[in-house]
Amino acid sequence: MGIELAGLSWNPLGDLEQLTEFSFMVQALEAGTIVATMAGAIGWFMVLRRQTFAGHTLSVVAFPGAAGATLAGLPLAAGYFGACGIAALALSRVSRPGRESLSSESAAIGTVQAFGLGLGFLFVTLYSGQLSDLQSLLFGTFLGITAAQVQTLFWVALAALAILAAIGRPLLFASVDGAVARASGVPTGGLALVFLLLLGLAVAATAEITGALLVFALLVTPPATAQQITIRPGPGLVLSVALALAVTWLGLGIAYFSPYPVGFWVTSLSFGLYVTVRLVRGILARRYRHDPLGAPA
Amino acid sequence: MLAHEFMRNAYLAGSFVALACGLVGYFVVLRGQVFAGDALSHVAFTGALAAAAAGVDIRLGLFVATLAVAMGMGLLGERARPDDVVIGSVFAWVLGLGALFLSIFTNGSSGENGTAAVRVLFGSILGLSAADARLAAAIALLAGLVLLAIARPLLLGSLDPDVARGLGLPLRALGIGFFAVLAVVAAEATQAVGALLLLGLLAAPGGAARLLTDNPWRGLALSAALALASVWGGLALSYRVPSLPPSFAVIALAAAFFVLAALRARLRRGAGHEGQAVESSLSRIEA
Repeated sequence: MGIELAGLSWNPLGDLEQLTEFSFMVQALEAGTIVATMAGAIGWFMVLRRQTFAGHTLSVVAFPGAAGATLAGLPLAAGYFGACGIAALALSRVSRPGRESLSSESAAIGTVQAFGLGLGFLFVTLYSGQLSDLQSLLFGTFLGITAAQVQTLFWVALAALAILAAIGRPLLFASVDGAVARASGVPTGGLALVFLLLLGLAVAATAEITGALLVFALLVTPPATAQQITIRPGPGLVLSVALALAVTWLGLGIAYFSPYPVGFWVTSLSFGLYVTVRLVRGILARRYRHDPLGAPA
Repeated sequence: MLAHEFMRNAYLAGSFVALACGLVGYFVVLRGQVFAGDALSHVAFTGALAAAAAGVDIRLGLFVATLAVAMGMGLLGERARPDDVVIGSVFAWVLGLGALFLSIFTNGSSGENGTAAVRVLFGSILGLSAADARLAAAIALLAGLVLLAIARPLLLGSLDPDVARGLGLPLRALGIGFFAVLAVVAAEATQAVGALLLLGLLAAPGGAARLLTDNPWRGLALSAALALASVWGGLALSYRVPSLPPSFAVIALAAAFFVLAALRARLRRGAGHEGQAVESSLSRIEA
């Protein structure tokens, strides 16, 4: 890593101090906080709307976007946001309820994903840059985040969350019961498009921290965990953001003291949390079923 | 071009892997199991890197991981089909594990071995030795033959499970057998085009063949032919233009075939519906 790290001590406050000693770590924590807030909120709606495959496709497209931007000498963020924005627009045209048979549609999605990844590989090869570039594009890094990047992320996240807050209520309505929402005059088609664009923004921002392949760790798993715990929108959204924040902070902290990549820690923490919550819920549900009065045995 | 030994090896291994991918891919698309191919590609990456980190042959990790997961999916079957949120969470974690093994591997050895990750992710068909190529061709040939042997009941089981069950076909065993073949082919294809791109070689030729013909036998042949054409053309293209990685050229051609097939299907649309297509497919199995 180039920098000699002191490692963990028995003094947790000292460790925290050490964490914030280097500016790259402060920037990583700032960026992680911004991204986790955005991913937790937008991801909650994505899980509610069952659009995880759209999110998956967008995250795959983020890779050639970033690699292409590196090749063209553009800032990485331009590649991430440009590619995800275009892909979101394309998806909103494709995913209209059509008469296309299901099997050939999934074949089309698979083809597009493989082609996107291949394109990214081509760009990296043409750039003939360092191998570590490829790895950090795919699996994330917290070493390369600059103060300017943090600032961009901040404004993007602020705009995205403002839009989400503005369309939140009708979006919730349209997501839970599209037919009724349409009947009562909610523009569901327009909402779907705006939401896909927001999702593109969130994927692009998350990909900068976790890498293109691990976006789901923040965008799907924490919201899915939150929806296991509560189905009420308000507390669910708060919980989703809180879980995403916890996972990101812990992941970054552990990655700092360990030789292993941040992507691994963030995915493992969020997945572990998800599995634990599901298990606990399963046990509680079984007890509940055994006792008709609902009192825990 | 064929004067170079590495090109001959690439063509030998690539041809048979392409044929196997085309045959299996047609069934993958027909059975609506593209997501299973997606899962196997994630698992192939992590399995191969786990083997690399442990210091054993990458192929061992590939086959063990893909076969284990394919068996698991086959045994769980239709009943326990998880929803996409669960799939997404598991995929992200599997790839996270892959990132862990990758960093163990690159930290443990001196820098030159870092290319192993790129080989696994994006394939290394030009780096095969003659023995590797022969082995890959033999395994792919075997997988293709097994698939052709069970093709008839598998087609019927995929298109009309109720009738197949009525005829007393062992659908569950067929499904598990199919997953086993799929796992072997996925592990082989990972060596050719890489874990991240193998989905393209499975889905694109199969999807294109499904769009071009309703006749399942013709579709199988067409899918295999398209996969073969993608690999041959891709290899030749990357030989002519050295900056093009072979795996990209192969996937780009496969995707181009799919787009052409989709355009043709769109031009001729209006004649038939999905229901009729299944019916006419069924009548052709009997024929």
